[in-house]
Parts: sequence; structure tokens; C-alpha cells
Amino acid sequence: MDNLITQARQWLSENWDPDLSLVEWRTKLAETGWATADWPEEYFGKGTSAEDAAEIAAVFQEMGIVGAAQSGVRMLAAATLLEHGNDTQKRKYLKRIITGEDSWCQLFSEPGSGSDLAGSTTRADLKGDEWIVNGQKVWNTSAHHADYGLLLARTDWDVPKHQGLSYFIIDMHQPGVEVRQLKQMNGHASFNEVFMTDAVVSRDNLLSEVGNGWQVAVTTLAHERRSFDRIRGGGSLAEQKGRIYDEYRKELEIDNEPYKWYPQRAGRVDLILERARETGAINDPVTRQEIAKLLIMSRSAQWTAARARAAQQAGKPQGPEGSLGKLAASNIARLAARVHTDISGADALLTGAASPHDGIIAEILVSVPAVSIAGGTDEIQKNIISERVLGMPKEPRFDTGPFKDVPRNSVSGKWGAS
Amino acid sequence: MAFAFTQDQDNFRHMVQRFCVEKAPTTETRKLMDTEAGYDRQVWQLICGELGLAGIHLPEEAGGSGFGAVELGIVMEEFGRSMICAPYMGSIVMAGTALSTCATPSQQQRWLAPLLNGEKIAALAICEASGEFYSTHLHCTARISSEGWQISGEKRFVVNGKQADTLIIAAATDNGPRLFVTESNATGIDIQQVETMDPTRKMADLKLSSVDAELLGQDVPIDLDALQNLTLVALANEMAGGAQALLEAAVEYTKLRVQFGRTIGSFQAIKHKLADLLLIVESAKSAAYQAAVAFDNKEDVSENASLAKAATSEAYLQAAIDCVQLHGGIGFTWENDTHLWFKRAKSSEVFMGTPAFHRERMLQAMGD
Repeated sequence: MDNLITQARQWLSENWDPDLSLVEWRTKLAETGWATADWPEEYFGKGTSAEDAAEIAAVFQEMGIVGAAQSGVRMLAAATLLEHGNDTQKRKYLKRIITGEDSWCQLFSEPGSGSDLAGSTTRADLKGDEWIVNGQKVWNTSAHHADYGLLLARTDWDVPKHQGLSYFIIDMHQPGVEVRQLKQMNGHASFNEVFMTDAVVSRDNLLSEVGNGWQVAVTTLAHERRSFDRIRGGGSLAEQKGRIYDEYRKELEIDNEPYKWYPQRAGRVDLILERARETGAINDPVTRQEIAKLLIMSRSAQWTAARARAAQQAGKPQGPEGSLGKLAASNIARLAARVHTDISGADALLTGAASPHDGIIAEILVSVPAVSIAGGTDEIQKNIISERVLGMPKEPRFDTGPFKDVPRNSVSGKWGAS
Repeated sequence: MAFAFTQDQDNFRHMVQRFCVEKAPTTETRKLMDTEAGYDRQVWQLICGELGLAGIHLPEEAGGSGFGAVELGIVMEEFGRSMICAPYMGSIVMAGTALSTCATPSQQQRWLAPLLNGEKIAALAICEASGEFYSTHLHCTARISSEGWQISGEKRFVVNGKQADTLIIAAATDNGPRLFVTESNATGIDIQQVETMDPTRKMADLKLSSVDAELLGQDVPIDLDALQNLTLVALANEMAGGAQALLEAAVEYTKLRVQFGRTIGSFQAIKHKLADLLLIVESAKSAAYQAAVAFDNKEDVSENASLAKAATSEAYLQAAIDCVQLHGGIGFTWENDTHLWFKRAKSSEVFMGTPAFHRERMLQAMGD
């Protein structure tokens, strides 16, 4: 282990050159495996454990050296390819993920399948050596500049819903793929809608087997949280000078653009006391009570997360504390929005630059509703918690037969998806 | 601030848990809560003797086991979960800690040692006629004369006051508040057990008129606030345990109860309520554990103790309300055990200060 770190340090100090281009430097990283050390040796890694790879990444940080392109959906694509891709696919795509030459997006959710992701009705039909794709996807981050998409589509309508899905890599640059930005209630447009009309996927770009798409999608989803944690790294390189740093900052700016309002959707508990002192609300006994309730909820959630990590480190089986973070985050965000409103008073009706704290307060108030929906609604989360942690019985299901006989997922009236 | 119990602490918890399951089923609780004493002497002897729980958090010099608030918290959590009837809160957590903190070695020998071996029971009287647990201005006063100290005044909500052989009383002197100790049968003391909603935690009102008493420790100011923090930490852990018991009862019952041809636990309306409750209970545990760790590390003790008291009070009461609701009609009967915990939750919510009081105390302790 120590030896590995020493080697990493030595290789980096001998090879690092901030005047190289991003691609030139990262090509070296891909060829040696230093930026993705926990990937297998035959696929641009060094076959180390995840812990060792994290230590090596810390050396990059410490030496102020640019690593692999991690942001966006790239790392989800990489994790999925590493687990389910064949040799040709891994060689073709993984290197350009590291160098950042290719950008990726995820094509899972549909207007008619959100919580019930396996109810997907985008279809892929095999014609000769090509799959022909028709359907619509939604909530696709970065799709407007993606080179490839991770596509979940139905290939068999005669089997139960989970068994009829397949997983593809689709080339986003083709006439059959149309990407439209989706504007959210908070004014940002962080996602897209993707319309596929006779879009083409070559047979080589099926991942895993036909009908195994759900299992592959589960892999992607499992890595989703981890990859979002990684996005937040890289801040220490903000001040460095040199060609490569300029290119790196530009890349980050593009990749992180969709996430810039994410701190606000979590409620910005960190601003509460500062704002309360600023407005004088700190002297109001009613507001003080609400502030205290929020701080108690927020700290308790942090300690619950710490308990979960500590139990994991001590090698104990995961207790209930490990499954509650997402639900806690929704409650905290909602309460934080209410307390921010109390603190701001009538100023809470302003928006944009007129809103307190350079518009941040307004952005909190209109972004918080996303937290309890994105990545699984609170309602689905509560089903999972009650069934997996408390062992409550499942609801009776009406969608277990062949998918063609299952009532279609839809909404009625104006939003009808017929 | 990572927190995980050690293997030793887990084993210790299991020992306390087994004891409670064996010695304190609710049939026993129901029997004892109707007696004036409110506890079983033999079980108390086992707790102090065989189990050695009486001085768990007290230093070895004081006759304790030398562990801290975390271990005391484990005992309290399991006691709160089982609803065991024992004078642990009054005699050990409150009076025992006061003696260990303030008394001289010879006073500890005389007053504390008999508490730890279970021979005697003691109670700590701080709350005044106003019902405030944190009054900075005590109306109960102590006057010194050539005969020694004499105390006059009233005290309320004295846990195990009627059962106590020994009373520790907070009283104002010309130089500020002090703690005094006296036998409970001393002349001039009138002790009335009060009717409490929770019959498993006995409390009494005291009327004192010129009662001879001994000053605890030296004639130096005592920090009542600091003394209260350990009680808050213990109470918070007890409440977390009670909330856990209610959650378990609700889960068990809704998995069994069948209506409309299915167990009611398969309805989302029930499942979602239980998922919410699990989050509330686990958050309360986190706050209670954190308060114990902070107490042992002497870090932001008041802030964390008040945070935990407010958090666990709300969680326990919510769990009690939900548990009755999830049981439906049977949950409102005397026969069903839920009301035992419901009443403890209600009583603990306001004992030692309401949640609102502690939210304010927490903010002030943070400097805001």
C-alpha cells in the first residue's frame, strides 16, 4: 500500500506537465492506470482496492494534479461498462471516458415511467444488424452535449415487465435523436427530454444479454450516489495556472452547470443563523423555536449518517440508520424552506436579484420541492424502508403478468401520455 | 463525529436487556405501579448487587464502576424500553450523581455507599413550587445558626421522594444555592406522594419547615445547571428506548392485524407512517447517543443535552400517539400495554423542562 503511494507520487512528479493539453495528459493516465487505479489492469487501471484508489486520488489532490474526467454521467457509464460490458466495448469506450473526449447521459426515466422505472415503453426492435429505437425519455442530465446515452428500452412485450428490458449504448449524434431542454419551476434547465424516432443502435452496442437490461440498470443506479459525491471534488485546482488548468476549469464549468442549484434544493441550513442575525429574526421567540427544531433535525440526521458509517467501519451489519438519509434530507429541506421564509418575512416573495442573499433565498424556496422527488420520491423511499428495514408486507401487485397485458402507466387529462 | 458502540458495550446492553425481559415483563410493571413503593426490593437488590448497575457512571473513588454517560445511557435506554419499575432515575441518576459530584469523601461514605449497594434510596429535590426545574432564584432557603443548617420551603416533582431514606435538597443561602442532605424522617419534613399520570415513576411534594440538614461538600457555589445535564442525558436515552419499544409494538401488531382480507401492515397508509416513525426514532437515538458522548468528552454539554431532551421528548410522544393510532380501538384500552409507554412519554415530555424550554436553552448555549 505505502509502496503504491510512493510509486504514484514518483510517477506523477516525473510525468506531470501543466502545459500539456487535457487529452494528452489523460491519455498518459489511461495508459498507466494511475487515475483509475481500482479499475482492472487490462482496462486502464491497476487493479487496486477502492480504498487504495482513494488514497492515490488524494495524492493527485495534494500535488494539485488533474485526474481523469469524472464529472457528468461518465463515471456511471464506466462503472456499468466495467461490470457488464464485453471486451470490445470496454476497450472502445473506457479510455475516452478517462480522457473526457466523450460525454455521456442516462436515458432511463420516461413520462410514463418515473417511480415505476421498469414500466418503460420505449421500444427497441431488431431489424437485421440494427436495433431500431422509438420512444421518449425525460430528466436526462447533460443529454444536450452528450456523445453517448445509456439507454433502457423494451425488447420483449410478452414477458413480465422486468424481464423484457435491454440495455444499450446509443450514439446521440444521429438524425433519429432529438434533444430538447426541460425548464424547471426554479427557472434552471438542468435536464432534457430526448425523443427517439427510428433511432439506430448497432448490435455491438447491446450491453449484457437481451432481456437483462433491468439488472444492468440496477448497477448504474447503485453507482449514482457515489458519482455525485465525486463531482464535488476538484475545487483545490481552481487557482492554478497553466494550459491544462484552463481546460480543466472549462470542462468543470460545463459538467457542473446542471448542479449549481443543488445546494439550494437541500435547504441551506448553513445560512439559517447568519440570516436570522441579519434580519433580527434571531430575537423572535417563535422563530427561535423553529430554528432550533431545524437545527435539531439537521444535526440528528448528520449523527445518524455518522452512526451508519461507524457501524460499517466496525464491520457490523447495516442497521436501520443506513437507509434513512434520503427521507431525512427531504424533511430537513422542507423545514429549512419554511424557516427561511419566517426569517425573511415579506422579502420571501421577491425573486432574482431582488431576493435576499443575492437571490439565494428565492432559489431555496423554489428548489426544495425537487429533493423529495429526485432519485426516488419520498413515497417510494417509505415503501422501501418499511419493507426492507421493518419487514412490512408488500402491497398486492397488478403488473406481474406479460407486459403487454399490464395496464399502461399514465396520467389522465391534460398530462395524458396516450 | 462517528459513533458506534464497542463490542463490550453491545454485550453490556444485551445483559441489561435480558435482565429486563426476564424480571420486568409488563405483568410485573402493572402489579408494581399500583403499589405505594412502586418497585420490587428483590429486583432492586439484583440491579445494585449482581448486575452492578447502581454506580455505573460514577468514579471508582466514589464507589462506582468508573464508566461514563454512554454506559449509563445504555442502561437507561434498555430500562426505558422495558418500562421496568425501579428507583434508578431518582436514587442513582439524580441523587447518586449529586452526592458523587458535591459530597466530601466522608459524606460519600455515609450517604452514597448505601445507595450503591441498594440498602437505601435517596431523592434529589431541586424543582420548586413554581414548577421550574431551572430556577436561578430558589425560594427554598437554608439558614445557619450555632445548631447548624436549617431548611425551609417547598419542593415539587421529587422523583422517588416518598420511597427515599435520604433527601438531597437544593436551597438558597446568603452566598448562593447549595445542596443539603438529610434523613427523610427528620423533624419538619412532610412528604406527600402525588398522583402522577405515569404511575411507574413515583414523585412526591415536600414541605420543609426548619429541617436540620447537613451542607454537602464545602460552602462553595454549586452549578445546578451542570448537575441537571446528566439527568437530561439519562432521560433522553430512556426516552429513545421507550420510543423504540413503541415502534416495535406498532410494527408487530400491524403485521398481525387483518382487515379487508389483508394484514393492515400491507397498506401504504400504515407503511408510510411506520417509515416516518422509524426515521423519528433513529434520529432521536442519534441525538441521545451524541449527548452522552458530548457529556463524557465535556464538549458543549448543555447544548447537546438540551438538544437531546427536546428531540427525544418529541419523538417519544409521537411514537406513543402513532402506536395508539396504529392499534386502533384496542390501543385505547387499559388492557393493551401501549398506554404504559404513552403515559411515560407524556410525563417525560415535561419533566425536567418542556421541549420548547430546551430548544431555547440549546440556542442560548450555542451563544445565540
